[in-house]
Amino acid sequence: MLMQLRMALYVFQEAFRSLRRNGWLNFAAAGTTAVSLFVLGIAVLLVVNTNYISKTVESNVEIMAYLDRGLDQNDLKAIRTQIEATPGVKEVRFISKEEALATLAKRFGKESKLKESLGGTNPLPDAFRIRMSEPRQVASAAASINRLPGVEKVRYGQGVVEKMFKLTAWIRLISMVVMGLLGVCSVFLIATTIRLTMFARRREISIMKWVGATDWFVRWPFLLEGMILGAAGALVAVAVLGFSYSALTGKLQEVLAFLPVVRDYRVLIHLFEGLFTAGIGLGLVGSFISVHRYLRV
Amino acid sequence: MIQFFNVSKFYPNGVKALVGATLHIEKGEFVFLVGPSGAGKSTLIKLIFREELPTKGQIYVGGRSIIRMKRRDVPHLRRQIGMVFQDFRLLPDRTVFENVAFAMQVVGAGPQEIKRRVPEVLELVGLKERAQMYPRQLSGGEQQRVAIARALVNKPTLLIADEPTGNLDMDTSWEIINYFQEINRRGTTVLIATHAREIVDTLRQRVIALDRGRVVRDEHQGVYAHAT
Ligand SMILES: Nc1ncnc2c1ncn2[C@@H]1O[C@H](COP(=O)(O)OP(=O)(O)O)[C@@H](O)[C@H]1O
Ligand SMILES: [Mg+2]
Repeated sequence: MLMQLRMALYVFQEAFRSLRRNGWLNFAAAGTTAVSLFVLGIAVLLVVNTNYISKTVESNVEIMAYLDRGLDQNDLKAIRTQIEATPGVKEVRFISKEEALATLAKRFGKESKLKESLGGTNPLPDAFRIRMSEPRQVASAAASINRLPGVEKVRYGQGVVEKMFKLTAWIRLISMVVMGLLGVCSVFLIATTIRLTMFARRREISIMKWVGATDWFVRWPFLLEGMILGAAGALVAVAVLGFSYSALTGKLQEVLAFLPVVRDYRVLIHLFEGLFTAGIGLGLVGSFISVHRYLRV
Repeated sequence: MIQFFNVSKFYPNGVKALVGATLHIEKGEFVFLVGPSGAGKSTLIKLIFREELPTKGQIYVGGRSIIRMKRRDVPHLRRQIGMVFQDFRLLPDRTVFENVAFAMQVVGAGPQEIKRRVPEVLELVGLKERAQMYPRQLSGGEQQRVAIARALVNKPTLLIADEPTGNLDMDTSWEIINYFQEINRRGTTVLIATHAREIVDTLRQRVIALDRGRVVRDEHQGVYAHAT
């Protein structure tokens, strides 16, 4: 136990000694990690916001089912029951033609002479407004509702909804690819840094081996160094990202108030934790690659 | 202590550095390894502490087979062996004390142990007063004594030196050799690869001579070379 503690202390000492010694090199590695993680963070935020926006839009997806004229209460009840039984439907509300006309009149404004110009008749049909619990099923639900007897036609954001689903899928895919590529870049750069560090310290490494150091004893300081570089890069990335994101979304909400953006700090903290862990992970993987290649004797 | 049975080492580039070498070194012996440059002395030494593996043959060090040894047991083998090189191989950015202490840290020694043991070995090589100096502030002979202290600090049973006096003048060489003799008197087996003809001829210890990878001579109270 005491021995392990001593070893840990030694490992930290050596890692920091090396960090001090190769200042500019470490700066470059931490810098590239920071840039990678920064762009990675942007990609994640893009995905998170796309999801959020599409969720918001999805929850607003609704179907209007316009009904034939001259239906009685029993017919209406039957239609309602069948609509409610359609998969993906959450909520059904009846909108009488009087209510529809009133809404329409309100939208045209008090001074408009809508009712007068219609000459006392109401050309609007009765309708059901349907909200979806499964917005992705909107197309199939609309089609089956359209087949019900008594339903004249249905309307929903045909096309728009499908386009949005496609768009979010694309954004997700592209972000994944970008994240993957940048992750690989970070690993590569940290691996290079550690390799250069090890090259600079090859004398020390060989002396360690001659006096009987175990492989892990030689490895640990370098692995720790890689993790510290990754963590440092991550910290910078998180700081810059956090600052610029809150500034940007603040501005955005002033200008485009209707655009839903994620401002929930818990989501952001999750993201920053994730980036930090990713930084350490990248550093560990990068240094492990170099250490593994270099320490074969 | 060391046994070679018909050992050959061929490097990947085709050089036959050692060919069919058989030799036995007992515990407590003092042995010179001589031969022209390129004869295979360094290769033989690298085989003993398993920096290289032989192409053929069997090697035992301290009763254990080098060839069958697992990778994770190599550090334990090396802890029994102290190594000294021609170019000292000290860490330039660490003091004399730190250079010696380094070898103890590596095997997990504690600070108290290090504080007690390092001055002890520095005293043995007469460098107790130089503990806080850096290698570049020392003469060649002093640097080599630091290297010897480092080799001894973990109390190895075997001390191997590859041309330890190659960079030193005659007087300093004698001084270094005297330390090796002293260490040998205290019970450590010593193997020295060397070109120092005068020293070998004066001391009349066991001499193993290599030539083009072959053991051409192995005699007690030997000399550097026979007149031809
Ligand atoms: N790592 C190596 N790869 C290839 N050839 C080597 C290597 N080390 C030594 N040699 C060759 O093996 C031969 C013996 O070298 P060495 O053992 O260093 O001899 P010595 O120490 O007696 O001068 C030389 O011809 C040398 O060039
Ligand atoms: Mg040599």
